[in-house]
Amino acid sequence: MIAKRVQRIPSSGIRKFFEMVIGMEDVVSLGVGEPDFVTPWPIREACIYSLEKGYTSYTSNWGLQELRDEISRCIASDYGITYSPEDQILVTTGVSEAIDLAMRAIINPGDDVIVVEPCYVSYSPCVIFAGGKPVPVATDPSTHFKVTPEQIEDKITGKTKAVVLNYPNNPTGAIMKKKDLEAVADVVVERDLIVISDDVYDKLTYDGEHTCFASLNGMQDRTILLNGLSKSYAMTGWRIGYAASAPEIIDAMLKIHQYTMLCAPITAQMAAIEALRNGREEMLAMVKEYDRRRKLIVKGFNALGLDCLEPKGAFYAFPSIKGTGMSSDEFAEKLLKEQKVAVVPGNVFGACGEGFIRCSYATSRDAIKEALERMEVFLAPKG
Amino acid sequence: MKEILEIMENDARVSVDEIATMTGIPESQVKKSIKEAEEKGIIRKYKTVIDWDKVGEEYVYAIVELKVLPERGAGYDAIAERVAKFPEVISVRLVSGDHDLSLLVKGRTMKDVAFFVAEKIAPLERIQGTITHFILKTYKQDGDIFYEKEESKRLAITP
Repeated sequence: MIAKRVQRIPSSGIRKFFEMVIGMEDVVSLGVGEPDFVTPWPIREACIYSLEKGYTSYTSNWGLQELRDEISRCIASDYGITYSPEDQILVTTGVSEAIDLAMRAIINPGDDVIVVEPCYVSYSPCVIFAGGKPVPVATDPSTHFKVTPEQIEDKITGKTKAVVLNYPNNPTGAIMKKKDLEAVADVVVERDLIVISDDVYDKLTYDGEHTCFASLNGMQDRTILLNGLSKSYAMTGWRIGYAASAPEIIDAMLKIHQYTMLCAPITAQMAAIEALRNGREEMLAMVKEYDRRRKLIVKGFNALGLDCLEPKGAFYAFPSIKGTGMSSDEFAEKLLKEQKVAVVPGNVFGACGEGFIRCSYATSRDAIKEALERMEVFLAPKG
Repeated sequence: MKEILEIMENDARVSVDEIATMTGIPESQVKKSIKEAEEKGIIRKYKTVIDWDKVGEEYVYAIVELKVLPERGAGYDAIAERVAKFPEVISVRLVSGDHDLSLLVKGRTMKDVAFFVAEKIAPLERIQGTITHFILKTYKQDGDIFYEKEESKRLAITP
């Protein structure tokens, strides 16, 4: 009964753990891919006010003009590149929708899309849903989980259409500096590829400044820039993301968006306007706090003998558990059962994530300390 | 120094070791900075914010507004410093608006506080009038919300 394309995709490896955690009490979770902050009050208040004023209708398929204006202004001030709010920016229902739209807008049956792993769980399934073939490129600690131009070049065939980049990265916390990205851009031009750049963690960069791939020389029209407010403004549940690219690409994405999603919820769009206009200070305060937690957790893991590179972005640490002799699944399952600490096994994010666990530090310092103490007990020689 | 103070302002119990890890400043330097801040009076005191209502202890707090005739040469300082010496007085601030000094006064009963104001504060020379506002309920104090805290309703595991 079910379409083969859908059958082909295994259900998310995260779900299994999620079901194990349900009903368990006293769990300390490092498994959450979202901020522990509640959306700052002024943003919520703006949404409430919009409801009081009766903003309950559809919006333009593109999203509210005011919101697109703000998005355009923010990208210009952060990265010095201009996207016209009229035809180069599309407001989506979270970055998740934008990923799907981007894939469907550019992939022809049989096209290859290079996906740099370990990575967020949606990219490859979205490629498959769009009729393409995901081609994973494995990264590892030897390059600090950065992808090299050679690694990409190795996987390019006549059918390669696009590359998906996500830096700062979920789950590794890796970032790519300007010169790293420029090397990739050379390959992109030479082999005439499109880059889908998921920049949702851009504000959560702790080492220098984020480089937006689209801002590199000649890359703006080849890049589908995806971003949203979920991570930076603690607005995951609001589902507001956006895509910015060449008018031709955005127009194609709009076509799919208008016949499927229609528009992002107006209440969430109203809140997003407030966030982009006045939320910067609170956002920066949250980033500062993540940075402190980041240093605590990295030191903690290394002290426990779990080798952990310092993540330079996002809010994940990705320590190696290879020294324990356990697989990622085994480690995560035992840790949850024995010590009630929830982490996500690295293999969920691609085969090369095996041997690692993803630990989110978007949780209170007390919870981080508690989790580290429990892990110490877990790792202590038994008997 | 500023970052150390920011961390301590929200949690006075953070250990030196933790501050050093979080800021990347060596432990010895953190210790030195804190000591210096204490000596210079930048760090005034380490305190605990307590919701006494929850303990069931009945304390009465009142905001007391004072109208003051300032003194030539000393302005409001002399009278403010004099009022501040009473242990019942928790805080003293000079404010703009229709009164001059704003006090927070603590007592065991409303009668205690009322008599304290009537007997010790109002009769002082240069005090022209007092208005006492008893505090009925505290919703937020020192940046901390006293009613039910908002917690993120996140699921335990998400991608």
